[in-house]
Amino acid sequence: MRIKAHPILSFEAQKAVPFTYDGQTLYGLKGDTIASALHANGIKKLSESIHRKRPRGFYCAIGNCASCNMVVDGQPNVRTCITPLKEHMDIRSQQGKGQVK
Amino acid sequence: MKQCESIIIGGGPAGLRAAKALLESGARVCLIDRNASMGGQLIKQTHMFFGSEKQHASTRGISIQHKLLSDVMRYGSRIEILSETHVVGVYQDKVIACMKDDRFFKMRGEAIIIATGASEKHLPFENNDLPGVYAAGAVQTLMNEYGIKPGHKVLMVGSGNIGLIVSYQLMQAGVEVVALAEAASQISGYHVHASKIKRHGVDILTNTSIKRALGETEVTGAELWKLDESWQGIEGSEWTIDLDTICISVGLAPLSELFQQVGANVEYVRELGGNVPVIDNTYQTTIDGVYACGDAIGIEEASSAMVEGEMTGIYAAHAMAKAHPNESTRLKALEEELAFLRSGPHAEKIRVGYKKRGEVS
Ligand SMILES: Cc1cc2nc3c(=O)[nH]c(=O)nc-3n(C[C@H](O)[C@H](O)[C@H](O)COP(=O)(O)OP(=O)(O)OC[C@H]3O[C@@H](n4cnc5c(N)ncnc54)[C@H](O)[C@@H]3O)c2cc1C
Repeated sequence: MRIKAHPILSFEAQKAVPFTYDGQTLYGLKGDTIASALHANGIKKLSESIHRKRPRGFYCAIGNCASCNMVVDGQPNVRTCITPLKEHMDIRSQQGKGQVK
Repeated sequence: MKQCESIIIGGGPAGLRAAKALLESGARVCLIDRNASMGGQLIKQTHMFFGSEKQHASTRGISIQHKLLSDVMRYGSRIEILSETHVVGVYQDKVIACMKDDRFFKMRGEAIIIATGASEKHLPFENNDLPGVYAAGAVQTLMNEYGIKPGHKVLMVGSGNIGLIVSYQLMQAGVEVVALAEAASQISGYHVHASKIKRHGVDILTNTSIKRALGETEVTGAELWKLDESWQGIEGSEWTIDLDTICISVGLAPLSELFQQVGANVEYVRELGGNVPVIDNTYQTTIDGVYACGDAIGIEEASSAMVEGEMTGIYAAHAMAKAHPNESTRLKALEEELAFLRSGPHAEKIRVGYKKRGEVS
């Protein structure tokens, strides 16, 4: 899913960033957000709707619509479309509204 | 609590130009954005801009972003930038509440400028919540900022400039655009953009809309149908296309939450995109010392956002007794510039919107 050739932009080679998604180890690139790294790995479903458990992906990519909320390092409702990916992040799909500890 | 002279919420073209005007007036500025980089919508815009020469037309959005940012960074310690910081509250005593890295803190300013921009609208149709249905600008971010394709085959819904431009950029990224559906009988964006994608073989289907998205866990197709003159779907005209991505480009709505939260008067003006704050001729909302500019006060373009931003910065500086060195000549020039930007046939909606707003407030 990464763009290889582009007439205007150049995407320089970036360092691989390991993270886990529901326990499975995957790699994103430096500069990715959590949602972009998952998308590059072919993962479009990020969460489930609260009541009817319908699959949800990102929609707005500006941190506004809440469709991409996931549990990151134990913290629920993280807006993954604007949160930069960091090494060894533990990223999980979110069920329900999440609990504030 | 941290004290700042002026606080700007939103680092898009409007916020950046407001910052520049305040800095030129000798004020200190704290510029806040929830994104990691400043520039707002410009960050992802690889196309040459339309608009006026004075506001960098024929320059790519990403280059304008670099220029606007270096213009404010020159002021060194008088400008403070807080990125990845989400403003969650604005209060009438000019205190704002922020979240950064899971930390909550407050700041107080003498002037607060809200330049939060807009968010893309959605469209009601069956299965519109499936992963694979994205806002067109979101797909633009994914491609041009992160270098990732949204999928392999895309349907674009909406033929405004954003729909047309993003269709072209999808092709530049190597993605197939299978069709572009437009409910109206005519293309609504600029014909230069439409011709470009037509030349590359994309079907622009007028009087057409999406009836539903197909798929269980992700989009696998779309059912389209023809619309009659009153935009009602015609039973029996449906057909399906296999694809994995549906892009929605049906306009933007101003992000007005902070205006409502601070208690400023807000009104609904359809032509300006939705709920917009009532402002006076110095861009001040009905709350003393709280200003607004850019897409947040009406959906327009980056060019007008820049002009409004600069005017707002000058007025806010004036209210803090820090006059801009060329205050009156600059304001006059900006006023003329704005009138020019709003003079073309494509700006009819904006003119109606501003007229309406003038009557209501
Ligand atoms: C595909 C596309 C093509 C376009 N092409 C053109 C063109 O060719 N010419 C042209 O003139 N215009 C064009 N535009 C329009 C132009 O991009 C916008 O009008 C312009 O960016 C509006 O500027 P702004 O500063 O008001 O808002 P924005 O650029 O949207 O910036 C708002 C900023 O506020 C931040 N923010 C929002 N809420 C908060 C909060 N609570 N806390 C902290 N930060 C917050 C956001 O992260 C964002 O960075 C295009 C737009 C799109 C989407």
